Amino acid sequence: MTSVHELMDYAEVIERFDPVLGLEVHVELHTNTKMFCGCANVFGGEPNTQVCPTCLGMPGALPTLNGKAVESAIRIGLALNCEIAEWCRFARKNYFYPDMPKNFQTSQYDEPIAFNGYLDVTLDDGSLFRVEIERAHMEEDTGKSLHVGGSTGRIHGAEHSLLDYNRAGVPLIEIVTKTIEGTGERAPEVARAYVTALRDLLKALDVSDVRMDQGSLRCDANVSLMAKDATEFGTRTETKNVNSLRSVERAVRFEMTRQAALLASGGTITQETRHFDESTGGTSSGRTKETAEDYRYFPEPDLVPIAPSREWVEELRGTLPELPWERRKRVQDEWSLTDAELRDLVNAGAVDLVAATVDAGATHTEARSWWVSYLTKEANSRGVELSELAITPAQIARVIGLVNAGELTNKLAREVVTGVLEGEGEPEAVIEARGLKVVSDDSALEKAVDEALAAQPDVAAKIRDGKVAAAGAIVGAVMKATKGQADAKRVRELIIARCS
Amino acid sequence: MNPLIRSTAAELAAKIASREVSAVEVAQAHLDRIGEVDGAVNAFLHVDTEGALKAARKVDDDLAAGAHVGPLAGVPIALKDVLTTEGVPTTVGSKMLEGWVPPYDATVTRRLKEAGVVILGKTNMDEFAMGSSTENSAYGPTRNPWDLDRIPGGSGGGSAAALAAFQAPLSIGTDTGGSIRQPGAVTGTVGVKPTYGGVSRYGLVAFSSSLDQAGPCARTVLDAALLHEVIAGYDPMDSTSINAPVPPVVAAAREGASGDLSGVRVGVVTQFSGEGYQPGVLRSFEAAVAQLKQLGAEVVEVSCPSFDYALPAYYLIAPSEASSNLARFDAMRYGIRVGDDSTRSAEEVMSLTREAGFGPEVKRRIMIGTYALSSGYYDAYYGSAQKVRTLISRDFEAAFATVDVLVSPTTPTTAFPLGERTGDPMAMYKADLCTIPANLAGNAAMSLPSGLSDEDGLPVGLQIMAPALQDHRMYRVAAAYEVARDAALGAPVIQGVPQLAGAR
Repeated sequence: MTSVHELMDYAEVIERFDPVLGLEVHVELHTNTKMFCGCANVFGGEPNTQVCPTCLGMPGALPTLNGKAVESAIRIGLALNCEIAEWCRFARKNYFYPDMPKNFQTSQYDEPIAFNGYLDVTLDDGSLFRVEIERAHMEEDTGKSLHVGGSTGRIHGAEHSLLDYNRAGVPLIEIVTKTIEGTGERAPEVARAYVTALRDLLKALDVSDVRMDQGSLRCDANVSLMAKDATEFGTRTETKNVNSLRSVERAVRFEMTRQAALLASGGTITQETRHFDESTGGTSSGRTKETAEDYRYFPEPDLVPIAPSREWVEELRGTLPELPWERRKRVQDEWSLTDAELRDLVNAGAVDLVAATVDAGATHTEARSWWVSYLTKEANSRGVELSELAITPAQIARVIGLVNAGELTNKLAREVVTGVLEGEGEPEAVIEARGLKVVSDDSALEKAVDEALAAQPDVAAKIRDGKVAAAGAIVGAVMKATKGQADAKRVRELIIARCS
Repeated sequence: MNPLIRSTAAELAAKIASREVSAVEVAQAHLDRIGEVDGAVNAFLHVDTEGALKAARKVDDDLAAGAHVGPLAGVPIALKDVLTTEGVPTTVGSKMLEGWVPPYDATVTRRLKEAGVVILGKTNMDEFAMGSSTENSAYGPTRNPWDLDRIPGGSGGGSAAALAAFQAPLSIGTDTGGSIRQPGAVTGTVGVKPTYGGVSRYGLVAFSSSLDQAGPCARTVLDAALLHEVIAGYDPMDSTSINAPVPPVVAAAREGASGDLSGVRVGVVTQFSGEGYQPGVLRSFEAAVAQLKQLGAEVVEVSCPSFDYALPAYYLIAPSEASSNLARFDAMRYGIRVGDDSTRSAEEVMSLTREAGFGPEVKRRIMIGTYALSSGYYDAYYGSAQKVRTLISRDFEAAFATVDVLVSPTTPTTAFPLGERTGDPMAMYKADLCTIPANLAGNAAMSLPSGLSDEDGLPVGLQIMAPALQDHRMYRVAAAYEVARDAALGAPVIQGVPQLAGAR
């Protein structure tokens, strides 16, 4: 295993090669129970507490199909513009691994529930790129291995391994794209935009937690390069362990530059699984697939075929929510946003939050200004998603209302919001506890203005001479004296009144 | 010998319900019998004395309290060791699961318990139900009570021998290619493979999922029917379980016992005759067919040409599924673990455990199945076998368009001597020649004694096959034939079992 790679300059890669991508995304459904048994499907339980004879692969135990998972699979298929199979089956994918209780994975193989679809993804410049979907199929997740000892955290070199079967049997949908060609230099961006679009779609469908950090959305990126004059695809690698949207982009870019350097130096690409390293941004060799592994697939005899009626499929089509791109279009029209404004809103993941804030009484401009700038920064610095901040759209709307009523300055409002984020309670409680009311008593302000003017007689003289812009220095002094609790606009009015 | 042990299940149930005898007395009589003769027979891998007496006491208490009990409450049963029993060891006849105590009951086990049937223990079997003689058990062979030097059939030799040795009036078997019917035939007992999906497979340690079917074993047709109705029925824990009413097999058995089969059309399968069939077996079969005619049945010959390919198709499909089903025995979660000395990897421990835990026949089938499913061979082997399976189903459909039931000998020969075929797998596999088609098509089939072969004095089985979910048809024919046969022979066939050494 090598960790040092020759990399080719990206511009040169694009000059000499066409990248070809294939993306496989695994989505854990957030059904109440597992795919084939009644165990709870909850992330993060004590190891081996969410298990039963079926998901432990006990002798004699049998699977029964989770109808809700089939429903989710069909809804995902419909949202991806797929055809829904009239008849399909599960198969067994046979291979040995300690965290796989039966040593076969019950998975759909050549008869997926959904196939032949597409997803139009929005790139950073607002243009659309159509990603064709090969299929979306149902399968079960494996358990988790924790390899203890050794330096890599992988099974080789470990002193011992611990097995947790809580995840074994969790319902998964695997969504596989057709080969993605014609992206040119935008290949890494397309990959990231596709996974982003898929995440937003799955969130809107409310079928998964879609948390890449918790593994409920996982992306394997297949990357190969074709020399400009080539007529056949190059050998591909499959990069796993890509746990964030940014990593998807980085992993694709890295593989392109690595493969290009290797090919340019006369080397060949090994068809293999590679692991992405978040800290270095590079990939390293995993299992080599010199000969394709023989999984000995055959139809799962313990489950009967699935034949979703057309009526049911149409009924489920009726349950599809407004899809993210439809929603974006509507929001853009309703609020008359420019493409750039819409992009900022979407990139911040703030569409729903802003809309909810508007519903609670704010204008979209006010709401956007909070969510897209200030709160996005707060979320980033706290390392959480915007939607995970401990503040609600209704609370933001109330803060905006207080600013409009002159009871809070913008600066005070930010302090109130910080208080809410810190868990100090409702905005009103924070104002009370921190003493953040605007000083609106003119007599108190007039005294502060007089003191400030007296302290800076030269500035006061300029204002009296009509240089109103000089008032800023006095405003600043007053604000400082009132610890920011004065309404700057009112202070300015008072200064000008005093000097005229 | 306590005369209770020679009673039928129906008789015992009536005596217990009327409180003429207690369930505890009945259980104790059978436990005593097991203690006396099982050293010679080796039908049981585990005897649950305490559990049996406790269950019997519960039935007695319920009856004393005037509670309503099921039709087989208090009747003892022997359970094939392939069905899980909570808190009671389940080995599947394999070293691999030595000492494994399941944390859950199979649905069949649960239904028996709920019906007040008293589980005496777990019976011996070919390892993972792979075999036709019970010689593949990791715990020594079971011996045939008719001749202790002969095989009791397999894989459910323990369940059949326990009936013939009067250790239990009822038992449960499982039938993947004949493992209920062939042991029934060679021990002079009744064995039924219900329609696939008729009895839940939940908790039945899988050999071949698309073929495995648990069913009732008994010494009389009515007893089998009574047991059939206790264990059958839809189970949401088994996706392949049929959500339909249980065929009325008890009513059919009672109706058949009146001895009238007029209007019933019986088809004799022409493929199951000729070379490889013991003459005494064929003579017994012909006599049985003649008797069916006398009872008023219309008998015709029926050709099912695809049945000739059933055996090879079976030996691709069953091992293929087995190779996958048995992959879970990897030393990680249950069963034995070999070589875990903290220097070896999980992969090495898996490998060493499977090497040590599986016997030669199981390994042979895992290898055949792994090969048959391999890329490049799948279509030629597994794929072709599935096509044959379809053709066999069509042969059955065509046959049942003209006849109500099909009949044949259950197995080509009577019980062969222990050791005779252990070195020749093909000869062993041929014991299931006549029984396999019903597994491949999923329809109902049973075996009941047609008397003794005139050349060796050993039991011969008559196989009756019926369409899926028409299990009652074969019970009716079997019950009628049973009455006529006993009248002709002067006594039930089972009465001819010799006294066992060691028995008092």
